[in-house]
Amino acid sequence: MNEEVVIKVSHLYKKFGHFTANDDLNFEVFKGEIFGFLGANGAGKTTAMRILCGLSTPTSGEVNVAGLDVGTCADAVKAKIGYMSQKFSLYEDLTIWENMRLYAGIYGVNKNEFRMRGEELLRELNMCDERNRLISTLSLGWKQKLAFMVAMIHKPQIVFLDEPTSGVDPITRRQFWELIYEAAANGVTIFVTTHYMDEAEYCDRVSIMVDGRIEALDTPSQLKIDHNVSSMNDLFLKLIR
Amino acid sequence: MIEVRNLKKQYGDLIAVNDVSFSVNEGELFGVIGPDGAGKTTLFRMINSLIIPDSGSVSLWGLNPVTDYKAIREMIGYMPGRFSLYEDLSVEENLEFFATVFGTTIEENYHLIKDIYAQIEPFKKRKAGQLSGGMKQKLALSCALIHKPRILVLDEPTTGVDAVSRYEFWDMLIKLKQNNITILVSTPYMDEASKCDRVALMQNGHVLMVDTPWGIENGFSTSLYGLKTINKYKLIQFLRSSVSCKSVYPFGEYLHYCDKREDVNEKILIEELKQAGFFDAIVDEVKPGIEDRFMELMGNVI
Amino acid sequence: MKRLKAFIKKEFMHIFRDSRTMLILFAMPIAQILIFGYVVVSDINDAKIGILDKSKDVVTREIIYKLVASGYFQISDYLIHENDIQALFRRGDISMVVVFESGFGTSFNKEGEANVQLIADASDANTARLLCNYAEGIIYQYSLEQNKLMGYANHLNTEVRMFYNEELEGVYMSIPGIMAMILILISAMMTSISITREKEFGSMEVLLLSPLRPMQIIVGKVVPYVVLSFVNTITILLISVFVFKVPIQGSVLLLLFVSLLYIILSLSLGIFISTIAKNQMVAMFISLFALMLPTILLSGFIFPIENMPFLLQALSLIMPPRWFVIIVKKIMLQGVGLMYVWKEMLILIGFIVLFLVLSVKKFKVRLL
Repeated sequence: MNEEVVIKVSHLYKKFGHFTANDDLNFEVFKGEIFGFLGANGAGKTTAMRILCGLSTPTSGEVNVAGLDVGTCADAVKAKIGYMSQKFSLYEDLTIWENMRLYAGIYGVNKNEFRMRGEELLRELNMCDERNRLISTLSLGWKQKLAFMVAMIHKPQIVFLDEPTSGVDPITRRQFWELIYEAAANGVTIFVTTHYMDEAEYCDRVSIMVDGRIEALDTPSQLKIDHNVSSMNDLFLKLIR
Repeated sequence: MIEVRNLKKQYGDLIAVNDVSFSVNEGELFGVIGPDGAGKTTLFRMINSLIIPDSGSVSLWGLNPVTDYKAIREMIGYMPGRFSLYEDLSVEENLEFFATVFGTTIEENYHLIKDIYAQIEPFKKRKAGQLSGGMKQKLALSCALIHKPRILVLDEPTTGVDAVSRYEFWDMLIKLKQNNITILVSTPYMDEASKCDRVALMQNGHVLMVDTPWGIENGFSTSLYGLKTINKYKLIQFLRSSVSCKSVYPFGEYLHYCDKREDVNEKILIEELKQAGFFDAIVDEVKPGIEDRFMELMGNVI
Repeated sequence: MKRLKAFIKKEFMHIFRDSRTMLILFAMPIAQILIFGYVVVSDINDAKIGILDKSKDVVTREIIYKLVASGYFQISDYLIHENDIQALFRRGDISMVVVFESGFGTSFNKEGEANVQLIADASDANTARLLCNYAEGIIYQYSLEQNKLMGYANHLNTEVRMFYNEELEGVYMSIPGIMAMILILISAMMTSISITREKEFGSMEVLLLSPLRPMQIIVGKVVPYVVLSFVNTITILLISVFVFKVPIQGSVLLLLFVSLLYIILSLSLGIFISTIAKNQMVAMFISLFALMLPTILLSGFIFPIENMPFLLQALSLIMPPRWFVIIVKKIMLQGVGLMYVWKEMLILIGFIVLFLVLSVKKFKVRLL
């Protein structure tokens, strides 16, 4: 793994009135790493991720993403990251190719570059012949895989994934993780938020948030050894209760 | 007890539930496990009389949901996918409403919901819309239980809820069995299977298998190896290209690998990996889980 | 019964806790009636008028000058004979004619009294009334000035005449129409939305599986809106009587009863919509487009039905608001009793039965 730091968060605080959603967060994420960002509902994951993506400003602290300070160059950060949410991914009434073209347009990928990049992504999914299918005719698993590819259309340095594989069948889910591994092997950093612990086990390193703070941060196997538990799920229960 | 025979339901070209048969014993905690779109919701709605099947039959203690739906609705407690509480009513008002509608009172059946409701009772004046996912789930379960149903039908009660609440929720279900309530629950999470007495694995409208969690895991046909290396992606590529590879899937930190050869073992595998340049590789024979079996069964159907 | 009560209580809670619902239910009707009542009467600028001056003296010239100088009027025709008035009105060229009697100036100065006639085209009743009011004011002002100047106590009599619509029905006409529109919109839209909301959130599944019968669910949904719409009816009537001075000639009790009938009709229509609409959005669009436009266009509220092409006239027959508007006009403006409106009431009842039967048939005890 690369030692180049692509996300650096130091002393990040985010307060909503008296409520502290993020309480002194400190962590680094390296290039090509699959970083799991875990926590219970309401632990402050979403707030932190919104800050990292430049959608929200921290109350105090420094957040550096892809070499840029999020506080001052949020727009430049947005151009260097990709985002895939579980709820909204693709427009159902557009075809696969139209969706890809739409996002390429949004991210300012020029025409020729898009044509090449689009073909490349479709080839990777083995979907070259299905480019004119409407998204609404695809199964959930395919939609998720495609949404991930679309999030990478502008060759971002970092891709943020929000609960990417919940509800997907076990085989498709693994195909999805293989896509993630491949992207990571090519140097893309993957930042995954989830509250499903089995998804956490796929990550290189994970952090676990409890009540706005990061309570644990390491590789899954080291965390299990440190806390003397057999699975991430047990660790999670142990930390939260 | 519940008997499902050759149940089928089709929407246009899509066969949502295809020739499904199984039975659930009185007092059993029965799980239907499968990904989104497997047909779990349609199956449950045919059992609880909300949908009429195209063919096949359901019998709940001898009653047919198509013809005896009134009687069946009296004995079912149902929790649909989204908790379907009234978000603008308070916790207490929700519970009171469902109690009255079902012709009972909170006091009458309080003993049934006590363990669950006690946890959210401190917030009883709060609007249901302001509760956390876990609390909503508890309230919805209380509402489904308030009329002392004989069967509890829970459609994906743990979806969108965090690990702690999920854990607590399954504990509550296991406790409920003491009241001799038959529980039918669906979930997309394979790891929840172990909490059930028996489970049905479902995929694309088919039930792949019905057994105890233990029986399902033990049905795995070959030896399963857990492989670990720093470069998972390269290892997957390498194994896929090998002729003796039966299947390889990422599995958390590991890759789960099955070999076509009979006489293979950890030592041989480790040697082969080293030769291929994976010097840090660790190989252990691992016990197959529900998910491994599910994938094996899916492979058979496909 | 206890179940139904609990259900109705729940519905009231939904309504009272949602500020948007409350706004639509209570603020919107009042706003609408005020808007229609006032704003529809637009201000007047350079209205084209005709002058029939049989006297042609200094006084009439001065008055004509004053009228033009006011900025409200613009003279487009000088008429020779009274018979020309009708023709000009028909062509739609002018909206008012000022007629000075012969010897106007002489009789004003000598006898201290003269007669001027204002004849307006009252097919647009609001404008006609305004024009006459302005003209009257200007003429009166002129006589005051003259009296001050000369020390007279002379008098100018203005006589106002309306062509085509002698009772100036326009203002009064719009009240029943507005009532018809507000009630059908609110009742049908609110019930259809509140039923489809349960479908959308999935709570309908739980209700179906409960011992509540479909009829109870429907009644439970409707009762709160019957009560609230009835309150609305009373508000609208109060506003129309006290703000717009529209008299209620007939029996108030009968009027309220007919309104209640119409509310129930609107609600049953709302239930019917909810049985075909899958979600709140569809329900709202159906309510707005299928109800509001036909109500405005085809109920005779704005455009007289007699002037419509045959096909639209036929279509207006199946518009429930049309019949309600007829009944309300008869009771409010003509002051007739039950004897004269029972036929239209029967039609309303027929609609209610039709929609209820259709809804109960379509309201499924299952999902599919």
